[in-house]
Amino acid sequence: MIRGAALMAGKDLRLEWRSKVGISQVLPFAVLVVLLFAFALDPDRGVLERATSGLFWVVVLFSAVLTVQRSFAVEAEDGVLDALRLTGLSPAAVYLGKVAALVVQLLVLEAVLALAVAVFYDTTFRGWPLVVGVTFAATLGIAGAGAVYGALAARLRSGNTLLPLLLLPLLAPVLISATRGFEVGFGREAGPGWPWAALLGIFAVVYLTLGAALFRPLLEDT
Amino acid sequence: MEPVVHLRAAVALLDRFPALAGVDLDVDAGEVVLVRGPNGAGKTTLLRVCAGLLPVASGEARVLGVDLVRHRSDVRRRVGLLGHATFLYEDLSVAENLDFWTRAVGASTDDGRAALDRLAVAPRLHDLPVRALSAGQRRRVSFAAMVARRPELWLLDEPHAGLDATGRDVIDGLIGEAAAAGATVLFASHELDRAEAVAHRTVTVSGGAVLAEGASR
Amino acid sequence: MTVDNPPGTARPAAGRPPGAGPVPAHTGSRATRLLGIASLVGMVALVVFGLWLSPPDTQLGETIRILYMHVPTVSAAYLAFVITAVASVAYLWKRTEFWDLLAASSAEIGVLFFGLTIFNGMLWGKITWGVFWRWEPRLTTTAVLLLTYLGYLAVRQIPSDRRTRGTVSAVIGIMAVVNIPITHKAVDWWRGLHQEKTIFGTVDPDMRGLQLFSAYLGLVVFLLLFAWLLIHRFRVAWLAERVGDADLDVAIAERRAEGAQVGGGTPS
Repeated sequence: MIRGAALMAGKDLRLEWRSKVGISQVLPFAVLVVLLFAFALDPDRGVLERATSGLFWVVVLFSAVLTVQRSFAVEAEDGVLDALRLTGLSPAAVYLGKVAALVVQLLVLEAVLALAVAVFYDTTFRGWPLVVGVTFAATLGIAGAGAVYGALAARLRSGNTLLPLLLLPLLAPVLISATRGFEVGFGREAGPGWPWAALLGIFAVVYLTLGAALFRPLLEDT
Repeated sequence: MEPVVHLRAAVALLDRFPALAGVDLDVDAGEVVLVRGPNGAGKTTLLRVCAGLLPVASGEARVLGVDLVRHRSDVRRRVGLLGHATFLYEDLSVAENLDFWTRAVGASTDDGRAALDRLAVAPRLHDLPVRALSAGQRRRVSFAAMVARRPELWLLDEPHAGLDATGRDVIDGLIGEAAAAGATVLFASHELDRAEAVAHRTVTVSGGAVLAEGASR
Repeated sequence: MTVDNPPGTARPAAGRPPGAGPVPAHTGSRATRLLGIASLVGMVALVVFGLWLSPPDTQLGETIRILYMHVPTVSAAYLAFVITAVASVAYLWKRTEFWDLLAASSAEIGVLFFGLTIFNGMLWGKITWGVFWRWEPRLTTTAVLLLTYLGYLAVRQIPSDRRTRGTVSAVIGIMAVVNIPITHKAVDWWRGLHQEKTIFGTVDPDMRGLQLFSAYLGLVVFLLLFAWLLIHRFRVAWLAERVGDADLDVAIAERRAEGAQVGGGTPS
């Protein structure tokens, strides 16, 4: 199963490297939204500074929707889904492979976004152990839930337009927890930060487990 | 010996439509069977059912000894299906596609390269992305990916479509070899002259059922 | 199975004589009529007790009366979503239409009750805070979960074959219910930091006598109403699935008849 997952993840990353959809479309979009927020919220009055954590994660969620869409668009092309079913790879392996590739892509995106925020919003990333912990846990959760919804949206006629409506409310607790975790990490909010990371961890574990179990019916029947 | 394909009154539904409306069919090991019939007769559905991709709603269905009614996913790894779609990732190169699909079934990547040679896919094409290939070239690559799996049952949906004369000859040769080596071939085709020359036997499908059986010329 | 009555004749109201065929012309039965009468009578009683007979609260004043509806609607909604999740699991396991339609019907009524919950929560907010909306934990959670289940209903609107629709919505029904406690926890923690006054204060005002009676009456009445609506919604859904659902034997015979005419052009 590990072998199958690694094969899927490697294939997805190679596909991304060849097509560069994430790098040439999603990444610029994310940076663009960072700039748009600066136009919308007056940067001189400290609004941006106060809203940075929230904006960061909102951009991550929007970009994640695009990344998930792309990740499953390639599986929908030209009968590939049937071919995958014919390989005998276990659905859980396919799922974990998709998740792993999504995690890598999202982590790259978050790194670039962090840089953009540091430059444009003048953010200093203090309390970095918490910031890193929150980022990893949140990314796992987003990818875990995202892969399930990406797969089911790919099976529906107007699935792509429906994906944000399905995925974003589910990720609301991730947005809340990751934003609070960052706030505490940045020292803007008092209180313990690690419980937020723990909540994100629980979200990730729950959805990874569910996803691995539910991918079989999603992949199997037509 | 148990036939490789054994269908009795097999019904398959596409949503509510009975695309297969009670098919009776037996195919023995090493046989090459042509399935002919008009558009919409149920040929593609028949092949997809045998591949374990579509559920059997009622009747009996056994392929390679696997009961398709209960365990259809167990048969998938052992069959090779060539469909209307290419089953290839457009943005990956020919070689990358072959490597991925052979590894995914646990076959060796060398088999993939060998299959590309058999299908006469020129080495200069190996590093091109699939989207840069012509339809006929893609068809050959799909066929190579199927052959590399070393399937026990070949399920070919119009294998001659979109190929030039050389390509068709290559495929007919492969079908003959496969049967000689003990594999079983079930294929649908509209190129009757060519297909009947390859096939041991022809069955005619229409209205989701087998109308007639007969030995090929 | 014979289908005598097109579902256009289905009337989701109780009080009609039962049809003769195996698929009745309406969705009422003796049991649902009793259920319907009980919930309507209960509703009248709740209005009388909740609005007139019970005294105002010492802290909440007259607004306590909204609570007699608010708590029951939100409880029924959560019950509905749990039913949806359980039916979704059962569907993935058994693959029978019954569980699929039960999950869908329950989710629809859950959304209705969630909508009511938000509505009466906002009324309470207008009276207490002077504004319709505050980021109060319970209202926030309800709004997020409402959106989750609107997605579920949207998926069911997409035309697709029944198996795909059933599988996809079952997966969402399961994913969504697990999110309820997580969302609760995250929102409570988050708004807890701000020390907001939650809806109905402690939600557990010191109720006694007729207040307590009205609260329990509300719960019972809305659960009855929920059961009544659910049964009817399920039966309507069941009848709707029967549209164009010819007998399989007939369909197979028709399909085989195509074989007689050479070159029949049905898509496969």
